[in-house]
Amino acid sequence: MTAIPDQGAHTGSERPTFLSRFQLRGAVWLAAPAVLVLLVALAYPLAIVVVRSFTDPAPGIDNYIWFFQSAVNRNVLQRTFVVAAWVTLASLICAYPYAYAMTIVGRNVRLALILCVLVPFWLSGVVRTLAWVILLQDSGVINSMLRGIGLSPVKLIRTLPGVIIGMTQVLLPFMILPIYSVMRGIDTRLLQAARSLGAKPWRAFVQIYVPLSLPGVYAGAIIVFILSLGFYITPALLGGPRSTMLSSLVQNQVLSLLNWGRGGAMGVVLLVATFLLLAIAAPLMRQKHTSNRREA
Amino acid sequence: MNAPQRSAGAAIEIRKASKRYGAFTALNDIDLHIRPGEFMTLLGPSGSGKTTTLNLIAGFTDISSGALEIGGKSVTGLPSHKRNIGVVFQHYALFPHMTVGKNVAYPLTLRGIKGEDRERRVKRALDMVKMTDFAHRYPNELSGGQQQRVALARALVFDPPLLLMDEPLGALDKKLREWLQLEIKRIHRELGTTFVYVTHDQEEALVLSDRIAVFNGGRIEQIGTGRELYDHPATLFVGRFIGESTVLRGPTETVDGNTVMTIGKDKVVAHGRLPGDARPVILLRPERTALKRPGADAVTGENRLSGTVEEAIYLGSGSKYEVRLTDGTTAVVRSPLGGADFRIGDPVDVTFTPADLTLLPDDASADVTLT
Repeated sequence: MTAIPDQGAHTGSERPTFLSRFQLRGAVWLAAPAVLVLLVALAYPLAIVVVRSFTDPAPGIDNYIWFFQSAVNRNVLQRTFVVAAWVTLASLICAYPYAYAMTIVGRNVRLALILCVLVPFWLSGVVRTLAWVILLQDSGVINSMLRGIGLSPVKLIRTLPGVIIGMTQVLLPFMILPIYSVMRGIDTRLLQAARSLGAKPWRAFVQIYVPLSLPGVYAGAIIVFILSLGFYITPALLGGPRSTMLSSLVQNQVLSLLNWGRGGAMGVVLLVATFLLLAIAAPLMRQKHTSNRREA
Repeated sequence: MNAPQRSAGAAIEIRKASKRYGAFTALNDIDLHIRPGEFMTLLGPSGSGKTTTLNLIAGFTDISSGALEIGGKSVTGLPSHKRNIGVVFQHYALFPHMTVGKNVAYPLTLRGIKGEDRERRVKRALDMVKMTDFAHRYPNELSGGQQQRVALARALVFDPPLLLMDEPLGALDKKLREWLQLEIKRIHRELGTTFVYVTHDQEEALVLSDRIAVFNGGRIEQIGTGRELYDHPATLFVGRFIGESTVLRGPTETVDGNTVMTIGKDKVVAHGRLPGDARPVILLRPERTALKRPGADAVTGENRLSGTVEEAIYLGSGSKYEVRLTDGTTAVVRSPLGGADFRIGDPVDVTFTPADLTLLPDDASADVTLT
């Protein structure tokens, strides 16, 4: 047997040298302004909310007992998570083919597709939601069209489907952009390799392309899901009493009833539930290979 | 080590094949017959059509006109996943989300091979490329040479009758490349599979191949063994592409049926003459020429071109000289160990017999392509 010159494996990425590590340590201070803003604008108010949920009006866990004793509150909490899940699923179904299309079209079409994602992104969520009110209402554009082709109108405004449609549209860019950024880095020559090994085109796509695009899907899904949980304006404007989400309840407690303790408790419940969900999801998303980038 | 299974290689028959992309002709009317079990190298500069030919055989692109048969059957219109051909790419193309073992098992899974049978064949393929210990690693944990060995195992694990390789060693350093060349040669010998290998490296082609097809500008210039191509190039392009050479150009006349070319102050005699009225050039190989002191050691019938040593390089196994001839051409001469020593500036004669030179029709494209 001949000698094998390259038996020693290497990791691909080089470790930072002492000098570069030293320089990196200095660069940490550049994050100071951001850390300061986060401390003042996020950590401090959050701490107040947590503290108040346990002390206002009296010390103890009365606010939490109140929250979980009410069937309405439990329903709203459950509904909030269900709506967030639906919005995440609907965004994924819309975003995945869209992002894939962005990777295979020519430069000009890609530019147009990116603009279609970004222009609504630049518009205020309120404006877009009001546009949905016009589209979805009983005498709105969608129902006029349904009537025009002889179908019976459907109730969309002030229903859960209406809320999900509106939220999906508002949140879609947060799903498309991470998926696109991962897809752009996938080496499509791998699909050619898979076909040469005997894979039908769709099988190569499902077994090679889809797994490699999952990091983008996970990132987009987490962003959309978490943003959905705290969505206020869109559900408030498009939803009805039967589609109230937790943020509306918080708003009601804090701004209408001035009950900071109960509002805080609801916020903490939402926060803890979100962290729990992330803790469950994180191990699923951990991937052993660190890079699927095209090599030069 | 497990004995790899010998498989019958497939023959390839390409007749009058062309490939056009719009107005651009990538491949112009080529004929190529590859024998079962042969190691055929497609050699040529970039853009010469060698990779296009490989893509046609693999089914990655369709032929524009002509016929392509693999194993006696026409494969026109047959998609690549139905051709049962192993392909190794320059960029390895290992699936980054699968371990080495899963990568190699993939083509077997696609063919419905499961369980112990699959395990055994994966192990056999990894044994063959000496990567068995790496089965549980991911591709990005391997070096380039290791990744390419895994890619080779993956392309051979389903016992295809034909293996295509597209510059597989192009991204590796010289030492590793030379070692892998020998490994590929050994695997070819053990398996009996037909190998079609694309490279622009003529040395690699000489090391590996049974026969070489030299591509230039979308055409095949010559097909033959390395020795045939080196000793008897059919065109100036082939002569210059394979090995080192000196090209002499000058006014010629025909004397007694022989060609006589004037190089500066000297004349060169070549046996015979070219058919037709093509302008002849003379191709010299560095090791078929010798340096002598001016006028010394004359041998009857030899050609002598006077010149001055411009560069003298000691190579260990001998010396290499560049000699400026009287017409301004630089001739390359290799002399074996133990020959006379010449220094820069020495007046010398470059000597060779008419049997040591090759008379070829001039071809302007040979110069353009190689610069």
